[in-house]
Amino acid sequence: MGRRVVVIGAGAAGMEAAGQLAKAGCSVTLVEKEEETGGNVRNWYHLFPDHRDSKEVISYLDSRVAHKNLTLITGTTVEDMEQDHGQFILKTGDGMALEADAVVVSTGFDLFRSERKEEYGYGIYDNVISSADLEKMFRKGEVLRHDGEIPRRIGLVHCVGSRDEKVGNPYCSKLCCVTAVKQAMELKKKLNTARVFCFYMDMRMGGALYEELYRESQEKYGINYIRGKVSEVSENFDNRLVVKVEDTLAGRPLKMELDMLVLMAGMEMSESGARLARAAGLKTGENKFFAIADHHFGSNKSELNGIFYAGTCTMPMNITETISHARAAVADVLDYLNTLSG
Amino acid sequence: MKSEGKKKIWADYQKEIADDHFFYVRSCIRQSFFPGSEQFFLHFMRDVLGKDVYENPSHTSCTGIGYHSDIVPLRTIMAVVARHFALMKESGYKNIAISCVTSFGIYTEILETWRHFPRELEQTREDLYKATGREFDIPENVAHTSDIIYKFSNEIAAKAKYPLVNRLTGSPLNVVEHIGCHYAKMFPKHGVGGAEFPRVLSGMIESWGGNVVDYPERRHCCGFGFRQYLVQANRGYSMSNTIKKFASMQPFNPDLVLTNCPGCTMFMDKWQYTAKEMEGTVYGRNGEAIPVLTYEELAGLVMGYNPWDLGLQYHMVQSEPLFRKMGVVFDPADKFRTKDGKQMPSPADLINV
Amino acid sequence: MDKFGFTILKARHINYDANDKSVAEYICEHEPTFRVCIECGCCTATCTTGNFTSLSLREINILIKRGELARVNENLKKCMLCGKCTLVCPRGVNTRNVITLAREALKNKFKDAV
Repeated sequence: MGRRVVVIGAGAAGMEAAGQLAKAGCSVTLVEKEEETGGNVRNWYHLFPDHRDSKEVISYLDSRVAHKNLTLITGTTVEDMEQDHGQFILKTGDGMALEADAVVVSTGFDLFRSERKEEYGYGIYDNVISSADLEKMFRKGEVLRHDGEIPRRIGLVHCVGSRDEKVGNPYCSKLCCVTAVKQAMELKKKLNTARVFCFYMDMRMGGALYEELYRESQEKYGINYIRGKVSEVSENFDNRLVVKVEDTLAGRPLKMELDMLVLMAGMEMSESGARLARAAGLKTGENKFFAIADHHFGSNKSELNGIFYAGTCTMPMNITETISHARAAVADVLDYLNTLSG
Repeated sequence: MKSEGKKKIWADYQKEIADDHFFYVRSCIRQSFFPGSEQFFLHFMRDVLGKDVYENPSHTSCTGIGYHSDIVPLRTIMAVVARHFALMKESGYKNIAISCVTSFGIYTEILETWRHFPRELEQTREDLYKATGREFDIPENVAHTSDIIYKFSNEIAAKAKYPLVNRLTGSPLNVVEHIGCHYAKMFPKHGVGGAEFPRVLSGMIESWGGNVVDYPERRHCCGFGFRQYLVQANRGYSMSNTIKKFASMQPFNPDLVLTNCPGCTMFMDKWQYTAKEMEGTVYGRNGEAIPVLTYEELAGLVMGYNPWDLGLQYHMVQSEPLFRKMGVVFDPADKFRTKDGKQMPSPADLINV
Repeated sequence: MDKFGFTILKARHINYDANDKSVAEYICEHEPTFRVCIECGCCTATCTTGNFTSLSLREINILIKRGELARVNENLKKCMLCGKCTLVCPRGVNTRNVITLAREALKNKFKDAV
């Protein structure tokens, strides 16, 4: 058997990296805190930009980790990590000690908990939901209000927990804009007569085919875009939501009633990642994700030799970027293992 | 609407409120417009709960209205506030109980300023010493008096003679709560329940049997606005904000509005008269306006005090419709009679009578 | 005013629910490119009229969509239909036709419509 590598977190990044390392001859242990692998991808229904079912991505990832050199341990967390003569010893929540020559941290992201934006009333107003809640409704096949009615007017709020210093997240989560565009189109497909409004600060359509998707949403689906961040949500006597926003392009405040409001929750350093960072003494950056060693040449490296990062534990990324980042991490790990003597 | 979500937020904004030994600072305008409120607070604290509440006769206006109207400079108001802290120190008190939300905002804003800019604190110490020879300490506990009534709301509920229930229908009264902007919007952590879903008044309402109305413009300013109101030609701006709120709450059929800020009580009460005069509009049911009460007045009413002793006859919108719903026993003949039985003139154009 | 010395103000906010969006619907139907405007302002920047009057085609686009028609009617008269706006649009919006259609749709809404 080859060198031992432990990969922490079996989401898209961890599964891709672990599979690739196993193929390269390493003896890989992949540790996942949940009972199931797949991470955040499991919570999504259709993916942008091509509306592919996320299950296809999950089955691709499953096929990557089915390898004889790979041991998968689920339902376990890594609580501590020590280094002894170039060897890493990882202590799990259930009392195991895993030895490794190198470690890949792929603890991913958590979605911003929308109730922290108190003014939007998530968890209080019945028809304020998060982007992840909407994906569940899509998967189930029905988009309904809390009272079982079909929503006729739906708003989507961009930048919930992103670009927001008040909640401590000054950075852009990058994917929420395109998620809103995708979800708006899906809503129109499902509820043909509904009117859908996106409340945005800037449309950040930086990824491949994003801008095209945005245009399609206007042209084919008639999605309405209102530039302005929703400042406050409330509920009126008819149990409909009232949003206050400035239409910054008209230069005037705007008030509108909606049947449902979807909050585009941003991406944050995962709680389990933050715990690991504290336990193992790994540095985090201003955005609270793991701090990479170099922005241009070392986005997979930590400041410690032998510990590598893959995927959204370092910054917001889409699935394409996550998988590429995981593959790049493997190249760095193999490089490092080659330098070890004996 | 899910109350569990609100409870989670309230848990994040628990505030330390002192239990006894208060240095009480009055509001400038409450004594004229709602004269029973502060009197009831003192009676309740001292005579009912047996607490020590001290008033210093040298206490003055905090000059907050002047400050917010660009008349009193920051450095001056900091010295005025420091002087109050000096009086408190000299009287041997560490917990301040503030009757006015404007003052409460002034005190919290100045304390935060001193915390972030210690040089300002040193400057103020020097200014006060040079001007008066006085020295001061930072209070250990800062509470608005609505915080204190909130703290003891269950004690009031235990003595309730007239809970917030409609005697005729048996259902809870619909109560709109209005929180003064300067209570928690600047510093959510200093308000019970924070700024978006404050608990200070809604907690009292629920504890006394009422139903809290959450309506779209709940968080909107009452319209006071200091300088806007002080200049006559600008008052339409002030009043338009008040009307916006009343129009928004109207579909919920509120039985009363409960406020914790002197300006809010005054404007939500008096602009209803003006709206009726100018437009012929009233926002309650059956052609009635909606009574606007302070938390002390409501506490006293719930506990069964004579509404005329609580000063409710001095509002523009009269509370008789509310008394009838709650079953409060009152004598209309005593309304404008002094304690020694003399008949005072009765004001014209009162609403709801 | 006489009695109190002030008046009650009209709310400044766009009352989306109450506003008339039929002009926007009419334009979308006959000139679908109207939908894909991204409010970049290229049309306004180049507009002959807009350089000397308060006509902003970008703003007109938004105001039609929000149903703020009085202001649209007031400003739309100023356009000379030169077509430069359409020429410069990066998104392919036929703004010239949007204006023509808007004028048509406004005809029976305002007495002083063009």
